[in-house]
Amino acid sequence: MNSLPAPPPEARRPSPLRKYLKIFRVSLTERLVYRADFFLATVLRFLPMVTTILLWSAIYDGADSPEIGGFERRQMIAYLLLVHISRMFSSMPGLAFSIARDIRDGSLKKYLLQPLDMIAYLVSYRAAHKAAYIATTALPYALLFFLCREYFDGFPDALTLAAYVASLLLGFLVGFFFEAALGLAGFWFLEVTSLLYIVNTVNFFVSGQMLPLDVLGEPWAGLLKALPFKYMAYFPAVVFLGKVRGWDLVLGLLAEAAWAALFIVASRLLYRSGLRRYSAYGG
Amino acid sequence: MPLIEAVNLTKTYRVAQKKEGVLGALRGLVRREYKEVRAVEDVSFTIEPGEMVAFLGPNGAGKTTTLKMLSGLIYPTRGTARALGHVPWDREDVFRRRFALVMGQKNQLWWDLPAADSFQLHKEIYSLPEDEFRRTVGELTEMFDVGKLTSQPVRELSLGERMKMELIAALLHRPQLLLLDEPTIGLDVVAQVTIQKCLKEYNADRGVTMLLTSHYMRDVEALCRRVLVITHGHLVYDGALAGITEQFGSTKVVKLQFPGEAPPDGLEEFGEVTERAGPSVSLNVERSRVAEVLEAILRRYTVLDMSVQDPPLDRMIARVFEQGRAAHELATGPAA
Repeated sequence: MNSLPAPPPEARRPSPLRKYLKIFRVSLTERLVYRADFFLATVLRFLPMVTTILLWSAIYDGADSPEIGGFERRQMIAYLLLVHISRMFSSMPGLAFSIARDIRDGSLKKYLLQPLDMIAYLVSYRAAHKAAYIATTALPYALLFFLCREYFDGFPDALTLAAYVASLLLGFLVGFFFEAALGLAGFWFLEVTSLLYIVNTVNFFVSGQMLPLDVLGEPWAGLLKALPFKYMAYFPAVVFLGKVRGWDLVLGLLAEAAWAALFIVASRLLYRSGLRRYSAYGG
Repeated sequence: MPLIEAVNLTKTYRVAQKKEGVLGALRGLVRREYKEVRAVEDVSFTIEPGEMVAFLGPNGAGKTTTLKMLSGLIYPTRGTARALGHVPWDREDVFRRRFALVMGQKNQLWWDLPAADSFQLHKEIYSLPEDEFRRTVGELTEMFDVGKLTSQPVRELSLGERMKMELIAALLHRPQLLLLDEPTIGLDVVAQVTIQKCLKEYNADRGVTMLLTSHYMRDVEALCRRVLVITHGHLVYDGALAGITEQFGSTKVVKLQFPGEAPPDGLEEFGEVTERAGPSVSLNVERSRVAEVLEAILRRYTVLDMSVQDPPLDRMIARVFEQGRAAHELATGPAA
């Protein structure tokens, strides 16, 4: 047989969505190789929480009023626990770094050679990573929240809970595309490590991981609440605690969706112009 | 219609000039100086369907840059190319489904998973129908003789086995054009030979066009009848491997064996003595003088055995590279 095999006809092809679902599944298998590591990392992450709780207890003991920034002692500790759940969705360890590294060492090639979109691929991969992480750490987290149940006023109502889940999922998108855009800066700068370090350090504070943004007082609280970073930690936590309700909640979610859309568009544009530069100069 | 057609392909890189030392680096922050580096210049060639062609050239000659342009990774500064009827750097999916680039130094497979999982992923990436995919995997694993290994995590495989898996992955979507950049780099001789055998078989069976770069002359001799020699961005030779000797070889190697323990004196006047082993001697003799020299030697000495050969191919190639460099320096001044 010496004739060239014809490419498979278009009609027989499964939809492109299947492609990324498959990437999700294969990635899930790969990430589950590391399940023991996830489990251990989670348990170890609980240790600093104990010190945080003790610290805030001491602060409240020394405070003049029972409330700080509108948070009672119980709420404050509940907030700090909930921030961990927010971060479970919005944190993207290593994403920006690995994009920048792929650009630098040329691994980016595989996305150019194959009928594959890098960003869609990375979203599928990261979603699988998150799913594997959440699945393997669900048990220790459930135990932790059970032990800390006295800090909560029980579960919020169904609508709030739905809004909470939506804010977490949108938080995943905001976190992902924000990091991705940072990593894509690697098309222009050889080294992005220090940029990432600064952003992560600042983010720890401005996203409300360290303390609720309300504690800062005006105008800082208002300013930071207008920025997208709060969706990576603060916002889902206060939604769960029932501190944002009614129209504020709807507007908050809409703004979160808008930020997600903005970062999606930004990373697309960066990717496209980055590729043009890469193909012209590097490779 | 040729499968690959390159016309005046030229690629110029702009490289930032770094000054030495801390002061230089600081100065570079303020004002950067760039130098233009011509990686490939006016390279034109065509490749017909089913051909196996080797790209030869020293490091930095422009082989990989040319492969990168043909696979659409980079745009040329000037010139055009068509591969499988497409402009490669448009990166259309129709084109990308029909070719593959394998780089011996890069690995595409998932490190912690069995190759079979990576194959599954390829199936989805290239949207291959299930039945066709199964058939291809079966054929390829048999051909490369890796049956059971596909279910072992890739990190546990030897380099040779991993390369076979890389090739299988690259062939799953049945590309019509296979670009190979150093496919046997770092492999032992046995693994090299197996890979060569498989590639050759695959080319014969399927008529897949292959363009490869390699530093191993053995690869080239085993696989390709036609070679393109590129040095300093210029295509200096395009033709049969054997033809290199005719075009660039100005000398022949005359091997002589004398009776006794050692060769006689005075051989230097006939040509350059390149090797002495006991009573055997190798002489480099200019082609035009071979007959005359042999006659003179036979008249003067007693010779037990003799032969006239072409110089070894790798030495010839080194010489072609050397000439390319000299020509380049003549045109541009010696390298700084």
